[in-house]
Amino acid sequence: MSKLYSGAEIVFKCLEDQDVEVIFGYPGGAVLPIYDELKNFKSIKHYLVRHEQGAGHAAEGYARSTGRPGVLLVTSGPGATNAVTALTDAYMDSVPLVCISGQVPTHLIGTDAFQECDTTGITRPCTKHNWLVKDVKNLSQTIHKAFEVATTGRPGPVLVDIPKDVQFQKTGYTKFKTQKKINGKIHNKFSQKEIDELIKLMTLSSKPIFYTGGGVVNSGPKASELLRELVNLTGFPITSTLQGLGAFPGNDSQFLGMLGMHGSYEANNAMHDCDLMINIGARFDDRITGKIDEFSPKSKKIHIDIDPSSINKNVKVDLPIVGDVAEVIGSTIKTIKKVKPNFLKSNNQKISKWWEKIEKWRSVNSFDFVNSSETIKPQYAIQRLYELTKNKDTYVTTEVGQHQMWAAQHYKFDKPNRWMTSGGLGTMGYGLPAAVGVQVAHPNKLVIDIAGEASVLMTMQEMSTAVQYSLPIKIFILNNEYMGMVRQWQELLHDKNYSESYTAALPDFVKLAEAYGCVGMRATKPEELDDKIIEMINTDRPVIFDCLVDKQENCFPMIPSGKPHNQMLLGPKDQQEKKITGKGKTLV
Amino acid sequence: MGKSRSAYSIPGKQGKFDTHIIVVWVDNEAGVLARVVGLFSGRGYNIESLAVAEVDPKLNISRITIVTTGTPQVIEQIKLQLKKLVPVHKVADFKREDKKVIFKEMALFKVVGNNSKKEKALKACKKYNPVILDKTNKSYVIQITALRREIDVMTKNLKKLGLISVSRTGAVAMTRGSEIFK
Ligand SMILES: Cc1ncc(C[n+]2csc(CCOP(=O)(O)OP(=O)(O)O)c2C)c(N)n1
Ligand SMILES: [Mg+2]
Repeated sequence: MSKLYSGAEIVFKCLEDQDVEVIFGYPGGAVLPIYDELKNFKSIKHYLVRHEQGAGHAAEGYARSTGRPGVLLVTSGPGATNAVTALTDAYMDSVPLVCISGQVPTHLIGTDAFQECDTTGITRPCTKHNWLVKDVKNLSQTIHKAFEVATTGRPGPVLVDIPKDVQFQKTGYTKFKTQKKINGKIHNKFSQKEIDELIKLMTLSSKPIFYTGGGVVNSGPKASELLRELVNLTGFPITSTLQGLGAFPGNDSQFLGMLGMHGSYEANNAMHDCDLMINIGARFDDRITGKIDEFSPKSKKIHIDIDPSSINKNVKVDLPIVGDVAEVIGSTIKTIKKVKPNFLKSNNQKISKWWEKIEKWRSVNSFDFVNSSETIKPQYAIQRLYELTKNKDTYVTTEVGQHQMWAAQHYKFDKPNRWMTSGGLGTMGYGLPAAVGVQVAHPNKLVIDIAGEASVLMTMQEMSTAVQYSLPIKIFILNNEYMGMVRQWQELLHDKNYSESYTAALPDFVKLAEAYGCVGMRATKPEELDDKIIEMINTDRPVIFDCLVDKQENCFPMIPSGKPHNQMLLGPKDQQEKKITGKGKTLV
Repeated sequence: MGKSRSAYSIPGKQGKFDTHIIVVWVDNEAGVLARVVGLFSGRGYNIESLAVAEVDPKLNISRITIVTTGTPQVIEQIKLQLKKLVPVHKVADFKREDKKVIFKEMALFKVVGNNSKKEKALKACKKYNPVILDKTNKSYVIQITALRREIDVMTKNLKKLGLISVSRTGAVAMTRGSEIFK
């Protein structure tokens, strides 16, 4: 007879077989048998967080910066409910997570037992799938299936709920053989005919644009390489969603910057006026499309996505191509090279007028701002941070708010998996624990959380985790004392009624840093910024950097609610100089 | 709607609503119905009726029949979202008007009254394969199978003939001829 293993052992045997090296978690009654086994599995390192939401975001940071699934382990009841925000965040942004939760023993399920909650019920809408394992015989199969579901097709979070008695029960274990990665539940594969059609539309277009998203990053580094090749091969302009940043080099001349609500003038106008839109791994989110009825009215639209349900959900497209981004781009490049070896040459002429138009939009310089010699402008702080860290292969996470948008506008990424931000759910408190996860995955890299003072307080306790494991994350707070993004909306849309968006009692972040046992720094004047940033970079310990910035600054450009792309609000400088006139400019 | 003050866009034009019957084959496991129904409620889709039962005990497959209404775009989303659920094997969809598909609901009527009333009630059901399931001096329980709106009409008409209780199922569906759902 083969050896028998307890459910708790099987959990770790499965993790070993899945090559999991790191888990983030927090113990409690219903997972104690699993925690008891931890010592026997040396290849798996457990990181003790300070809140289960932190475990979830750390696992997300780990996953997004490595392309591998993140794993978290939480107890029943409050442990599981605390993880819900992170699971939802991962669901919205397609991050592969495997959450293992303890549950009360099977005979107590349904009795309102201590720390019982309907975990699979609560997490059903925020996971790709979840399982309650009531028999240890199904445990290994379920965990392996969980990894498969999380990582195939459009990635996302899954949860395996394991009652405490199942963790004690014993059964045999057969080693898991990794199979070739399959496309989850999606069996339809794109056809050469679709690729031919795509190329035909590309040749016919005189105003094309690539609109790329997080799907390119999720498809793996190869997809980003191929994207670069395709963009070079065609000479087409390219814009990216918030999640897609880094898939294409941010400082390349063909890159128009991020699009969407706070995207660049040239990207949004090009999206509006194009005659061909090639969406690669993006999902026509409402922050991107603005008013749907007026979204890019004159264009043919192509949508390449691994998830068929993302196609035609918000915007009707002319040519859907369901498939893995890397494979679709790969075939496209191959076909172009075969049938149109001179694509670039023959097309350059055709799209030159388009580029002229784009350059005109670009000259508006829509991310520009009025700098100051007295106060630190948040945009300036990010520009300096970028200049001083760009040669270091830096990993950046963010919280949610103005600082996040300024980071997206002014920090230029040239590699995928370097930019971790909560886009779909917009979770304040994401960035700090995500930075913990990123630093765990990349111990020798510079990891910076570009933060807002309000957001960072939501998960500040994870500084303690960073200190415990000597993770030298840098929390770079653009401290404007306001929930800046809320204040901005109130200024522009609610008659400057700044209802509850000012934090009247902020902690002293420098002292807070010291209390946590890390390094606190503060910059108050533009002229000291560079030196302090350099000092921060050179500090080999976790740092909280309190950067006091202009409290009134607004994030521009901006597409106001319910407006189409070509009706953007531009920044104060443009308003003063009145550079743009006509339809392109609508001011509140 | 006036000037939008929300961070969200103004709703776009709404398309025309159609009624569709969606048939879903799922693993008969704990929580599977909650997954399907939760998808509808979570995404704001409408369920007009729902019928579910295991159809293959060996393979553990249940068949769920859902009547729903929505724009063509919403119906398409419903199908695609259903297909993404792990325990879902197959999804079929057709319009209510589709001539190639039969669908039926069953209703049980309890009528109470004197003989003449009871017989009148039974007669009124004649078109819908009435079966008397239970009979006493004072009452009948009549089973009929019919379309939703036919049952609606019957429910109204039987009121004056002593109808005191109605129980009805959701629609189930089957293709005509030798074809089966793909
Ligand atoms: C958990 C959560 N609660 C509320 C919000 C709504 N919200 C979006 S941005 C924001 C303000 C963020 O303030 P801060 O972190 O200081 O960033 P700033 O905009 O000032 O840069 C708020 C409250 C949110 N996104 N997440
Ligand atoms: Mg702030």
